[in-house]
Amino acid sequence: MADPMRIRAQVAGDKATVRVLMAHEMESGQRKDSAGNLVPAWFISEITATHNGKAVMTAEWGPAVSKNPFLQFTVKGAKAGDKIGVSWKDNKGDTRTDEATVS
Amino acid sequence: MKKIISTAVAIAACVCLTGAFAQKTSVQSIEEYRAMLQDGNPSELFEAKGESLWKQKRGPKNASLEKCDLGKGPGVFKGVFLELPRYFSDTQRVQDMESRLLTCMETLQGFNAAEIAKVPFGKGEQNNVTALATWLAAESKGGKFNLPQSHPQEKVSFEVGKRLFFQRAGPHDFSCASCHGQDGTRIRLQDLPNLTKNPGDGIGFAAWPAYRVSNGQMWGMQQRLNDCYRQQRFPYPGFGSDATIALGTYLGVKSQGSASVAPAIKR
Repeated sequence: MADPMRIRAQVAGDKATVRVLMAHEMESGQRKDSAGNLVPAWFISEITATHNGKAVMTAEWGPAVSKNPFLQFTVKGAKAGDKIGVSWKDNKGDTRTDEATVS
Repeated sequence: MKKIISTAVAIAACVCLTGAFAQKTSVQSIEEYRAMLQDGNPSELFEAKGESLWKQKRGPKNASLEKCDLGKGPGVFKGVFLELPRYFSDTQRVQDMESRLLTCMETLQGFNAAEIAKVPFGKGEQNNVTALATWLAAESKGGKFNLPQSHPQEKVSFEVGKRLFFQRAGPHDFSCASCHGQDGTRIRLQDLPNLTKNPGDGIGFAAWPAYRVSNGQMWGMQQRLNDCYRQQRFPYPGFGSDATIALGTYLGVKSQGSASVAPAIKR
């Protein structure tokens, strides 16, 4: 199973800033290993962010996103104590979901 | 005529712009780039992994590392990073963070330390050692280095490290001091701290383990020193060798009183 994400969500005015760090290899599919064989692409392809269970953002990612990616976005109307959930799915079908409380 | 004037204005504008850019030195631009990287240092992912590895029962003995003595007594992990390398009476040698973790993994968990030391960086158990060192460094973040120098072996380690630092050898006739012996130098985007004196807060010894953005890897001090030797075209000194620990002692003692920012983020 994939390593956990680090999610921080902080209120600033009527919005909350969410910062997410994800642990993922994000192989581009362009690299070759020491034997000269192509390293198969392995990357996060779908991201969903939820605010108290309601989807507020979805994104489709490709192989050009860096290893251990950092994602930042703001959620309008989020208050302290609200739950922010982030889940990703990679092109191998592996998924990971983590949740944080807005502070 | 109107067209000519507007072209002239455009040229003047360009000159002004380049002038403005030239005022910002390359060092300032690098600082800006670094500041942008600070938020969201992926080393946090390794910290979380290291913390869970500390508590997790693993290895042939199915034990956690929670009784590991890193210099301040069994199980104490706050502030130990600031006093390593130091002399340990049970192993009768000076050890740094990573070699001491190997000792604990062997005595408490039953792993074979010599086997792990042979594993290349970034593979298998080496990843776990790096994650543990990252978490332990984070537990001492902001503290000031205060390496003990009371035991004779600790003094020997410092002296050996100092000699290794200035020893010129290899096909390029390089020493550590060739790059780290003067102020205000850099290789590409990376400043080269002068490590013959105290480099100050969060520089040199006080910045590792660090996450390297360019290759997405978390590096501990052992890998940092090993890679310095690789760049000097020296033979690979070996993980947790007396040579790299001695260099760590020299750098750590030189950083006496400086604050640690580890785990840091590098280009």
